[in-house]
Amino acid sequence: MKTLAGYTDRISVAPGERIRFMVSREGGEAVYRARIVRLISGEDHPGGPGLIERPVPSPIDGAYPARHQPIHVGGCAVVPPGRDLDRLTSFTVQAMVWPTTPGRGRQTILGTWNAATARGFALELDEAGALALRLDGATVGTGVPLLPRAWYLVAASYDGRSGAVRLTQQPLLRHAHIDDGAVVKGRMAKGWTPDKGAPYLMAAHGGAGARPREGHFNGKIARPRLANRALSEAQVRAANNYRPPAALKGAWVGAWDFALETPTTRVLDVSGRRRHGTLINLPTRAMIGPTWQGLHVAHDWPSDPEGHDAIHFHDDDLYDAGWQTDFTLTVPKDWPSGVYAARLENGHDAEHVVFFVRARKGKTKARAVFLASTATYMAYANFRIMNTREKYEAFQGSLLVAGPEDVFLNDHPEYGDSTYGLHSDGSGVSITSRLRPIVNMRPNTPLWAFAGDMYVIAWADALGYELDVITDEDLHREGLRALAPYHVVLTGCHPEYTSGAMWDALETFTHRGGRLMYLGGNGFYWRVAYHLDLPGVMEVRRAEDGTRAWAAEPGQYTMSFTGEYGGMWRRQERAPNRLVGIGFTAQGFDKGSYYMRAAASEDPRVAFIVQGVGRDDRIGDFGNAGGGAAGQELDRFEPLLGSPPHALVVATSVDHTDYMLIVNEELIGLHAMIGGTENPNVRADMTFFELPGGGAVFSTGSISWPSSLPTNNFDNNVARITKNVLDRFLDPKPFG
Amino acid sequence: MITIDPVRDIRLAREFMATPIGHHSPDLQRLLRQFRGEPVKGKYALLTVRPNREWMLIELSGEKGVPFTVHADQRFFSMAEAERAVFRMRWKRYTGHDLVLDEANA
Repeated sequence: MKTLAGYTDRISVAPGERIRFMVSREGGEAVYRARIVRLISGEDHPGGPGLIERPVPSPIDGAYPARHQPIHVGGCAVVPPGRDLDRLTSFTVQAMVWPTTPGRGRQTILGTWNAATARGFALELDEAGALALRLDGATVGTGVPLLPRAWYLVAASYDGRSGAVRLTQQPLLRHAHIDDGAVVKGRMAKGWTPDKGAPYLMAAHGGAGARPREGHFNGKIARPRLANRALSEAQVRAANNYRPPAALKGAWVGAWDFALETPTTRVLDVSGRRRHGTLINLPTRAMIGPTWQGLHVAHDWPSDPEGHDAIHFHDDDLYDAGWQTDFTLTVPKDWPSGVYAARLENGHDAEHVVFFVRARKGKTKARAVFLASTATYMAYANFRIMNTREKYEAFQGSLLVAGPEDVFLNDHPEYGDSTYGLHSDGSGVSITSRLRPIVNMRPNTPLWAFAGDMYVIAWADALGYELDVITDEDLHREGLRALAPYHVVLTGCHPEYTSGAMWDALETFTHRGGRLMYLGGNGFYWRVAYHLDLPGVMEVRRAEDGTRAWAAEPGQYTMSFTGEYGGMWRRQERAPNRLVGIGFTAQGFDKGSYYMRAAASEDPRVAFIVQGVGRDDRIGDFGNAGGGAAGQELDRFEPLLGSPPHALVVATSVDHTDYMLIVNEELIGLHAMIGGTENPNVRADMTFFELPGGGAVFSTGSISWPSSLPTNNFDNNVARITKNVLDRFLDPKPFG
Repeated sequence: MITIDPVRDIRLAREFMATPIGHHSPDLQRLLRQFRGEPVKGKYALLTVRPNREWMLIELSGEKGVPFTVHADQRFFSMAEAERAVFRMRWKRYTGHDLVLDEANA
């Protein structure tokens, strides 16, 4: 049972640098013990060396009080308090909204209302999903529920002198037999005055008790406006134009344009009052607004800001858990580069808060570096698909296995979901943060991410290779410079998520003589964006094609963080085949299979790879991931997608079951020949090619490859091939 | 939709018991898709007791925050053993009959 959870402020740290650890108690004893371990392997398995964690004494060793630290989820925008709000005795509040969960509890769209004081005003959806104006303890509502996923102009005006109130709920699209519009005139108390010092919130109201905010709105909001007087019906409609009319200039407290500064957390007031706001918990920007038309204008927000002027707020948005620091480590100068963890214990299962230590700049002697797939770990952070998707077991082709991390996640929805999950309103999670515990970036988790990658580290340690570690984030931030000390880059089992900067760095590296060992499958598949300003957060849009846990909606394929087109690299003329010779072709999780040498393996160019492997030997018919080195997800050689014409397929996997399925981007029309016994493209192609600058690429094309390294104490033909390649790749003699 | 006939389809049960993980005939695959595609709420799954060595039976809840149902008395020491046990339970769920395999007539 997991009783502690933690995260760090940075994922990668060099000797001499500081890293902070934040810990929360979710059970167990009131004191926990912490120490640093160097992780050598990542899994307790009878077919391997077991979990190897080497204690590394450090000043943080010791006992700490275990305190609960809450996570406050929910996206919203906050406009700070001001005299304009303090003096607001009449007002009109309005916006365009596209609610996704009307009827699921009270949800505040806009206002100053605060649950702790029950004071302020709020434009809200009531319990039934109808529009209402709340003024302190009183409400007036339309009584007509809004339809989900439909645009409405919603407005409420209050005249303090008379107490007159008018509510407007006007659908953009009308349906026969459904009357979901309403204009309601009423009366509330005269002479209402606001509490001084209250902020103006969008998509939430102030919280009671320890919660800073509550009443989160699910859905999109665009064009929010706040006027200092009761506007007429015609003025409300005019104010709803993308650009608020000049004639109403004197009326504004603020008029916000959500299409401006999209890559930031700022929401800009365009009324001239400079009442800019700040987004909390990274709700999703660059969402199509009420007037987007896919027919005639651009599908991307940089070309059509007006069409993308909505923000989608979710009651479970989460960026930074914001916990207090428990301890800070300054990494000693003599620590070797590697995978480390703070090991935390308070009477139950130990929790490992994983971080990566790079080599000291200019000091490393290692010529090979392991590229830890931290983008993959973030994309799958707190992956909880098994308890939500009906067909997941059928997809896997085997029983689902929950670990302690799955039980913990299920007990704690507030830790957030992965980019494979859905928000509570059913919309896809496109933003993932590591400033929260990632409880599946840990030992003894499934072998398609962190735990599988650790077999590369374990193998290098067992064979005595000097292998430094850097992370995807280092590569993204520094580009080619991060690789400068090294001749060889080794990937993990599943380097699926790649930013433009990462891609360019790896490609340039190989073109300049570098050697790349791609030891996995389904690599270099999704294009991702890291935030330009905020640390530790990544975006992915499940655009257009590919195996998707959810599908990005039309007009929303472009990433808000950077304006780059999202989705698969394959759809951007950069199929992984171009970078590593092969690309994603099949997936299945029942069992692994093995490779056989291909005809091209007799070519002298690849003699060094197969040295010591018999022509008819089964390669990898063993291993910890389903008993075979070819499994989980497979890549194949495909010239039509950019596999280099001179690349050699050294070996090909065979004998896959029908639970190993061709991927859907390979099918432009359905047919039933999708399984391993019928579809010839269900296979992994182990591939090699040289580059003109003396570099080379070796690719295994299977996620399960590293998990076969430890069999027979790292003495087997998978380990042999991997060693053959690394030894030659470390030799500076150029490939020609 | 296919229905599972406890008499006619007994041969599929035998096939599964012989090879719970591996190549399966098209008919067995179709039956397993029914079994494995059942709703998440109440779906049988495993919970790791000791990694890669011991598991116990659980039923998923289908909803974040709603605990899994844990059957701590039903433990397995191999994935094949667990697959067989869950197959038997699903056979009962779908056909209303216990799975009885008469080895003499296999």
